[in-house]
Order: sequence, then structure tokens, then C-alpha cells
Amino acid sequence: MAGESLDEAKIIQVENLVKTFGGFAAVNDVSFSVNRGEIFAFLGPNGAGKSTTIKMLTTLLKPTSGRILIDGHDPVLHEDAVRGSFGIVFQDPSLDDELTAGENLEFHGVLYRVPADVRRKRIQELLEFVELWERRDDLVKTFSGGMKRRLEIARGLLHHPKIFFLDEPTQGLDPQTRNHLWQYIKNLNQTEKITIFFTTHYIEEAEKAAGKVAVIDEGKIVGQGSPEELKVKTGSQTLEESFLSLTGHKIRDDEAGAVDQMRMRRRLWHR
Amino acid sequence: MKAVYILWLRQIKRYLRSRSRIIGSLGQPILFLLALGFGFGPVFQRAGQGNYLEFLTPGIIAMSVLFTSVFAGIEIIWDRQFGFLKETLVAPVSRLEIMIGRTLGGATVATLQGIIVFLISLLAGFRPQTWLHLVPALAFVVLTAVLFTALGTAIASVLDDMQGFQLIMNFLIMPLFFLSGALFPLNGLPKFLEIITAIDPLSYGVDGLRGTLVGAAHFGLSLDLAVLSVMTALLLAVGSYLFSKIQI
Ligand SMILES: Nc1ncnc2c1ncn2[C@@H]1O[C@H](COP(=O)(O)OP(=O)(O)O)[C@@H](O)[C@H]1O
Ligand SMILES: [Mg+2]
Repeated sequence: MAGESLDEAKIIQVENLVKTFGGFAAVNDVSFSVNRGEIFAFLGPNGAGKSTTIKMLTTLLKPTSGRILIDGHDPVLHEDAVRGSFGIVFQDPSLDDELTAGENLEFHGVLYRVPADVRRKRIQELLEFVELWERRDDLVKTFSGGMKRRLEIARGLLHHPKIFFLDEPTQGLDPQTRNHLWQYIKNLNQTEKITIFFTTHYIEEAEKAAGKVAVIDEGKIVGQGSPEELKVKTGSQTLEESFLSLTGHKIRDDEAGAVDQMRMRRRLWHR
Repeated sequence: MKAVYILWLRQIKRYLRSRSRIIGSLGQPILFLLALGFGFGPVFQRAGQGNYLEFLTPGIIAMSVLFTSVFAGIEIIWDRQFGFLKETLVAPVSRLEIMIGRTLGGATVATLQGIIVFLISLLAGFRPQTWLHLVPALAFVVLTAVLFTALGTAIASVLDDMQGFQLIMNFLIMPLFFLSGALFPLNGLPKFLEIITAIDPLSYGVDGLRGTLVGAAHFGLSLDLAVLSVMTALLLAVGSYLFSKIQI
């Protein structure tokens, strides 16, 4: 994959990626690629290895083995080149609650070396985009979950990233806010030509928003392609059926059957 | 450089906004000054050691600098728990810059806290030997603050959560304070205590303050300065190394 096989159309290339935590493989030999400008979904149940993969793609974790190229750079060797090229919304909150919305963005802009005049304009533009401009001087601790998420999205876009990582961006949001958010994100993909990489355990989200889906289960990718391709491959009517046929189980905890619970126990046992 | 500045600024803003934290952290030094300063005053005097409040004040200033700076360093654990640390760690900024910005921020906060305690001691009746010596005294406060913020950072880099905090408090921070000569004179101690106090880096911070503010240094100002500088450099190096190893 190094050098000679570098494919310009592919902004993310991952080959045989492995991450083990003391003998337990959270990510187990994963390979995929994402095209420039694409919306790519990582679909899998809790504990599948989605966040661990994102952390390796974004320099937060070192892979146990395997290769990653982000816009042509290896996150292990060229941390800063990779860090400048993406924005991210983490699965868990990552704002400073004791700062205002504006200050959180200002902090980010300075860290990413966005020039002062551009920064000011961009902050206003983005806060208006996520409908928080009126609240710019309020402390983040006074914000609702949905507002915080929107602010994190604005922050992740501040430095004009080429790739936008969103780790379960709609988790814990009500359906209305969720719909709203997807409109933002799709709009963004179109207007800013940003590549979107998101993870989710909602099948309908992957189906509605993504051009390409990789289904991950127990650290392994069990199928990938467009939602249509996945359905055809598995001979299913819906993506939900495809998921069932690819993994042998349903996606949500509350729907988890006896087999899943056995698998969970086994995993705990081995850790 | 800009990154260092914005990280520093964040610490200052957070400090100035947490009024309750500022006031809360002043309770302890005030209590120590009043209860010990006036309570032990007569005994201290009868033992021919002079004015206890005068002796104690540099120790209490050092104490509040110690607590505030270790705490500021340890704040990284909160940042990790509340997720903000990730935001700084994925930014295209070196870990060294992050560490320096945070350390300067924490040290500034601790220095401010030390200054406030000094002002309170004035109200209690403390007077420095000469006002001119406030300049070198401030230098000792800053050095002590940087040293212990770096220590806090080093500790926070290896702790995953606040579980170990009580342990650190009782088996590191409290001993550092009580065995530093902040509360009692260092001459004529039993041998083992003499050795322990000489190992404790805070002893040199207390001594430097006592030397500059009341003109009664035990080790001597140049030794104080030398030990503090070497320890600060060492802990900055260790802290930076451990901080650079953090994985989320
Ligand atoms: N730092 C860690 N140490 C040990 N196990 C971990 C760590 N991080 C994640 N895991 C485990 O790896 C598996 C995958 O986790 P994660 O990537 O967070 O899943 P997902 O994001 O798909 O829900 C889980 O079983 C989780 O418990
Ligand atoms: Mg996750």
C-alpha cells in the first residue's frame, strides 16, 4: 500500500488493521477504503470495535498491526499532517463546560492555527449554521445534549477539514434533533465536499445517509458496499435483514437473543 | 507559541470563574494561620524561637502553592473524564506544547493563590522583613508552583481516574507538606526527620520564602534556588514524557 499503490481517489485506506487490548482483539484484521467526497458508515452493535477503529484513524491510539493512510499520510508516522486533515465529533462529549460556546471554538481555532480574521468569520458562519450564534456567550454547561452536539459539529468543521469523523453522532438525541442533524451533515457533504465517516448502531441511519456501508461485528468487517449492494449480496429486502444474515444476530442490545448474551459472557470471560 | 498561550488562558479563565473554588481553597490556609499561628505562638515564644506567625506564614504560602499546583496538574484526569483532553490530543499541536501551556497555566493560578494568602497574612499581622524582598520571594513561589504543577501532570498522566487520588493525597501531598519544615524549624531535629526533610523538595520552597520574607533561611538561598531549579527541570522532563505517552 505504501507509495506505489497510493490511490488518489481514496482518502482513507486501511489494510489488515488490528488492535488488541491484552490478548482481546477489539479490532481484528479490518480492511476498507473510503473515496473522496463519500459518506461512509461503519455499522455495528455496541462493542463491535467502531470507536477503537476511529481512534486509530485519528492518532489517538496506536494500532497493534496493519496499515492506515489518511489523505496519503500514516497516522503513526505523520501525526500532525493527519491531525490537520480531519475534524472529529467523539462519541462522548468533549467540550469544556466552563467555557462559553464562542470560547470553545476560539480555543479550537487557535490550536489549529486558523488565522484570526478567518477564525472570526468562520466561527460566526458555523455558529449560525448550527443555530447557536445567539448563545455564543453562554457557558456550555447550560446547553442541552443536542446543543452540545451541534456545537461539537461546528467546532470539528472550523479548520476546513477534508475528512469529518462522527462517532455515533446521534446517540442519545431525540428523533427530531436526529433528523435535523442528518440534514446538516448531508448538506455539509454537498456544500463543502467533505468526506464523512460516521459510525452508528442505527441501521436506518446507515441506510438513509451513507453511500457506502461497512458492517462490523466483533472486530471484523463482515460485509461492505452500498446499502443496495448489501441487500443484493445477502438476498434481503431490507438492510436490517442483510445485517441479520451477515452477523447472525440483531443489532441492538434490547433485541439481543440468548446467543448474543452467551457471546457477551464469553468476551467478558476472556478479558 | 499561540497554542501554549491559549492553553494557559483556558486555565486562567477556569480559575477566575470558579469563585467558590477560590474561596474554598482559602479556608485551609486561613485556618492554619489563625489556629496554629496564634495557638502555638506563646509556646514558640517561650521556647525562644521568636514570633511564630512570622515563622509560619512562608510555610502556609508554600502550602497553598503546593495544593493548588498539584491540583491544577491533576486536573488532566478531569479533562480526560469529561472528554476535553481528546480535543487537545487530536489537535496538530505537540504534546510538549500542550504540557507547557497547561503547566504555565496551573503555575500562574497557584502563584495567584500564593499571593492571596500572603495578602491575608498581612491582615493577620504578618510583615515581611523588607518589601523589596517580595521580588525574590515571588520568584521562589513561581518556581515552586511550576515544580508541583509538573508533578501533578506526571501523576495525572499515569492515573486513569480519580480512584487513586485519595492515595496520592494521603501518601504524597500531605507528607510533602508536613515534612517540609512549613510548620516547624528544621534545626535540632532527630536524624531520620532531618534526612526526610532534606529530601522533600517543598522544604527548599519553604526555606527560600522564609529566607526572603523573614530573613531566616535554614539551607541558604543559593542551595534553595539550585535544588528547586534542578527538581523543576527534572519533573518537567518526567511530566512531559509521561504526558506524551497518554493514550485515550
Ligand atoms: N482501552 C481499552 N481497554 C480494554 N478494552 C477496550 C478498550 N477500549 C475498548 N475496549 C473493548 O474493545 C471492544 C470494542 O470497543 P469499541 O471500539 O468502543 O466498540 P464500539 O465503539 O463499536 O461500541 C469492546 O469490547 C471494549 O470493551
Ligand atoms: Mg463506540
